[in-house]
Amino acid sequence: MPHIPLPSHLPGITGLLEYSQDTADPIRELTQILLRGDSTLSQGERELVATVVSHNNECTFCTTAHTAAADLLLGESVTCEMVKKDIDAAPVSSKMKALLKIAKLVQQSGKAVTEEAVSIAKAEGATDLEIHDTVLIAALFCLYNRYVDGLASVTPTNPEFYEYLGERIVNHGYNRLPQGYDHLKK
Amino acid sequence: MAHISLPNEELPGIVGLFNFRPETAKPLGALADVLLRGPSSLSSADRELIASYVSNLNNCHFCHTSHGAAAMAHLSCDVNLLDDIKQDFITIPVSQKLRTLLAIATKVQKGGKNVLEEDIQTAREAGANDEEIHDTVLIAAAFCMFNRYVDGLGTWAPKENDAYREMGERMAFVGYNRY
Repeated sequence: MPHIPLPSHLPGITGLLEYSQDTADPIRELTQILLRGDSTLSQGERELVATVVSHNNECTFCTTAHTAAADLLLGESVTCEMVKKDIDAAPVSSKMKALLKIAKLVQQSGKAVTEEAVSIAKAEGATDLEIHDTVLIAALFCLYNRYVDGLASVTPTNPEFYEYLGERIVNHGYNRLPQGYDHLKK
Repeated sequence: MAHISLPNEELPGIVGLFNFRPETAKPLGALADVLLRGPSSLSSADRELIASYVSNLNNCHFCHTSHGAAAMAHLSCDVNLLDDIKQDFITIPVSQKLRTLLAIATKVQKGGKNVLEEDIQTAREAGANDEEIHDTVLIAAAFCMFNRYVDGLGTWAPKENDAYREMGERMAFVGYNRY
């Protein structure tokens, strides 16, 4: 049960964002820019960053939701599974491997990011903007994961929920749905 | 030197990053403003103290000192009193309710799952309501983001408290939507 009363038809992050819309607006806007805005990283690659950080923070809700989104965007589910287990073995570019390793360091702490980790990413062709956005996406998911679990929001266990949610964040992005969420009330 | 080339290397901490990427700066500033200065039954001073306290736990000198300076500005105290935040408030008067909220923030800093029902219960018994518990968790979570952003890109930070005096006053009384 959540630590505070949240709308029961909206598990995970959505109920929190509806509970506090003043704070949700900038969080949603930031996420939309970082994960769906113009970028030289694909949307699938950026979802991998979100997933690996959520996985290492052991946030089941965010990990499952962003795995679903990454799988849809990449058109397969092997890459995301491999990224969570062993970045070096995953079928992603050398640049992505270096960026995902930076994201994992950010998950531990900002100070854990070394000059060396950044140099490797740059040597593999990562731009300053790609490094910036990787660090900020990783940092943003350190917020989300703590928000979701710190208030004990509900984590659904049925796979269909995450299939639906993955489709929603792929097709509609991270802005609030224009019609709100009342249609999800059972 | 930061890990990436910033257009103005003289701007410290998050200010240099905001200057590098104005598009993300806007919602980041708006989030800080609504969390720390928006309508709430927690005073802005209390919210800045939570922000500064969590930033210290994350070992982020820039955020700890700048938000500590903002708290001191709200409290009309000298900036050097912010050092008391690191020693768990020996001198700064802190209510029992705020102590229980700081305990929740401390757990959020380690990881969301560390927050237990009994921590929430203790805060409620000290008078905290749902919104205050929500805001505390979100402020702590948000500073786990801001701190990683600032240090993960290797920005520089002035060392001495005095360098944060004006910054703290601006954060407290002008806010985070203009920087």
